Amino acid sequence: MTAIAANSPRERWWNSRTAHRFMKHHLALIGMVMIALLTLACVLGPHLLPYDSLYIDLRARFAPPLTGKHFLGTDPLGRDLAARLFMAGRISLLVGFSAMLLSTLIGTLVGVVAGYRGGLVGTVLMRAVDGFLSFPSIFLVLALAAALKPSPIMITVVIAATSWMEVARIVEAEVRSLREREFVLAGRMLGLSATHIMFREILPNAMGPIIVAATLTVARAILMEAYISFLGYGIQPPLPSWGNMLNGAQQYLGTAPWLAIIPGAAITIAVTSFNFIGDGLRDALDVRGDHS
Amino acid sequence: MAVMTDAVTAGDAALSVRALTVDLPKGMERVHAVENVSFDLKRGQILCIIGESGSGKSVTANTIMGLLPKIIQVSSGAINLDGTTIVGAPAKKLRQLRGRVVSMIFQDPLSALNPLMTVGEQVTEVMAAHGVGNKASRRERALELLTEVGLPDPELMYHQYPFRLSGGQRQRVMIAMALALEPTVLIADEPTTALDVTTQAQILKLIRDIQRRKDMSVMFITHDFGVVAEIADSVVVMEKGRIVEQGTADQVLKSPSHPYTQRLIAAVPRLTGEDRKLKAQANDETVLTVNGLCKTYRSGSALFGSQRVVPAVQDASFTLAAGRTLGIVGESGSGKSSLGRLLIKLQDSDSGQILFEGRDILKLSESEFRPLRPRIQMIFQDPFASLNPRSTIGQILTVGPVAHGMPYAQAREEARALLSHVGLDAGAFGRYPHEFSGGQRQRIGIARALMFKPKLLIADEAVSALDVSIQAQILKLLDQIQRETGVSMVFITHDLRVASQICDEIAVMQKGRVVERGPPSQIFLKPQSDYTRELVAAIPGERRRES
Repeated sequence: MTAIAANSPRERWWNSRTAHRFMKHHLALIGMVMIALLTLACVLGPHLLPYDSLYIDLRARFAPPLTGKHFLGTDPLGRDLAARLFMAGRISLLVGFSAMLLSTLIGTLVGVVAGYRGGLVGTVLMRAVDGFLSFPSIFLVLALAAALKPSPIMITVVIAATSWMEVARIVEAEVRSLREREFVLAGRMLGLSATHIMFREILPNAMGPIIVAATLTVARAILMEAYISFLGYGIQPPLPSWGNMLNGAQQYLGTAPWLAIIPGAAITIAVTSFNFIGDGLRDALDVRGDHS
Repeated sequence: MAVMTDAVTAGDAALSVRALTVDLPKGMERVHAVENVSFDLKRGQILCIIGESGSGKSVTANTIMGLLPKIIQVSSGAINLDGTTIVGAPAKKLRQLRGRVVSMIFQDPLSALNPLMTVGEQVTEVMAAHGVGNKASRRERALELLTEVGLPDPELMYHQYPFRLSGGQRQRVMIAMALALEPTVLIADEPTTALDVTTQAQILKLIRDIQRRKDMSVMFITHDFGVVAEIADSVVVMEKGRIVEQGTADQVLKSPSHPYTQRLIAAVPRLTGEDRKLKAQANDETVLTVNGLCKTYRSGSALFGSQRVVPAVQDASFTLAAGRTLGIVGESGSGKSSLGRLLIKLQDSDSGQILFEGRDILKLSESEFRPLRPRIQMIFQDPFASLNPRSTIGQILTVGPVAHGMPYAQAREEARALLSHVGLDAGAFGRYPHEFSGGQRQRIGIARALMFKPKLLIADEAVSALDVSIQAQILKLLDQIQRETGVSMVFITHDLRVASQICDEIAVMQKGRVVERGPPSQIFLKPQSDYTRELVAAIPGERRRES
């Protein structure tokens, strides 16, 4: 193993073994492509469509997909479903990503400090994590969403507040094992400060599991936003989100099923794709899966 | 060489390997793991295969056992094991051969034993897998085997789990398992490398005794010429997948013909028994004085009454003068590494005194001690774990001085100069640790410790993970640095031979206590304590050299 490593020239990351392992994971690649397409559609789609998401075409109410000028059909008010889907996608994906960033930040911070300090500090922090985990988070989210004025930023904060614990646990375990490595002792021998050791020596070595956890968190955050909005406490109409589109579709399930199927499919595709990417990254970043 | 192998008739070889070539997957550092390898293991003999890491010795053993990973393929050659051709044989046939005709013992007896099965279950399992005997007879045979490998109280041992046993006992269990079906050939892959020197001596003796008693043929893989001298009848020397020399043990050890063998033998650390020549020094000031240092590890919870108390260092006292080296020698668990970490305050001591340049640093808090840290530096054991894989060499070297206020430009210049001083290219500055070999990484570790121009260097098993030829180079480098800078060194090692090379004084530790302290000539030639005598006697390869 040593000799190989010593001989390998400076690599670009896309030539690295990690990248190669990821490329071999077909589901992850499919997930990657799907997310790219979905994001592209949400960003560019609304500009390419002839209809605005709020334009009401009264003569074409309840138009089924692929009939007439609305290729995904229209809703009960005659608004173009494709335009609404893409606008909703912007909100849902943005909330998902921001919630992931925020929860990863909190989780990493708590995890690194708890893992490196250990002792009383670590115990208190990790018991706080246990405490948060033992709340039924969906009720907590609903209670918070009901009490606070719903807005995309509020929803993001609420989702992040209930999903950082997993990252914290993963990071804490990783840091606790890295803490015993000799390079950390070497850092202490050099007289580096604890903050320096935690965030500049240890953290870069724990990035693998953090990235995996973050990817899976996006999937969960998108799902969570959909729940809340579906139940009516999340993103408020007329601003569309995939969750509140489902809400509006409930009463027409028998007569206009595409109203539920299309945003439902978008949620499923986004969540599954993120989970596939997460799985692929987990396999690619796990060096133990490599036999040389 | 060719003449010698042809002279051996197939009849008296238990194992013969002919022109064996094994390919490595594409993109590795060489095309073949082993190339055109031919040798014979004669019946009733011990054949040692010796080579440094990456020489292909373990691949050879795994090929014979049929245990190669799928990505490594035999491309040509023949292996004849007790009359059966192995290469190309179906998997089922190979499985029948394993255990019955040939069996293997491994380097790490802890990971080679199943932690969830008792010793008895593991030994009987081998027999059950080959459908030998019934339950009662297997049990009886297992007890017989445990007795044979010298385990105390076999009845009790039978029901123990591996984690309860010491390293030497585990290796004995592995040997019992390997012997269960009375194989013709035993392959031992570095079976004593992970063991302490006294335990190693016992296991070597056990293998030799059993081999004689059962007239078995043993293929013994090692990197240590001392072990070869203890046990071998004949020797095969491998380098980079090729055999460079083979012959009887006496031939190879006393008059090696190939330059690589000569180099290897020359690099083996010898027990000198001579004191180191001292550099004439103007000041003979004391750098470090340790008085009654104690450390006890407590694990578990005192509250729930499950506390375990392990005394790691008990009442250690010594002094170290400027420019001198103190060796701290002991077996695993003797507390020598704990002592090193106490000295540099990576762990807190319980009681005692550590006077560094006259000042007691034991009582200092971390923030009070931080300004002093640059004066005491450490070289770590594991050249792979001790460098942060995500930092460049430049970052690794400069991060400390910069944190202590040195301007980055100056730190960078000093780092470059130091890199070439320790024998590395200055271009190493921008590269990552994984691009370097073990020996090179250890040089980087040394450069990191020297960045501060310390007064005291603590080397914790600094050469233990390296091949002998690299070991000799690193020892030379440390010696040179000490002569140039006048730094004092505490050199912690389990290897008495290494200690005898570089130390002015040696302290022998046993179970947390310093049992003897003195110059190498006293420790090696006139040891005062029984334990030191035992340690010195267990050093492999010394007996034959004297005789």
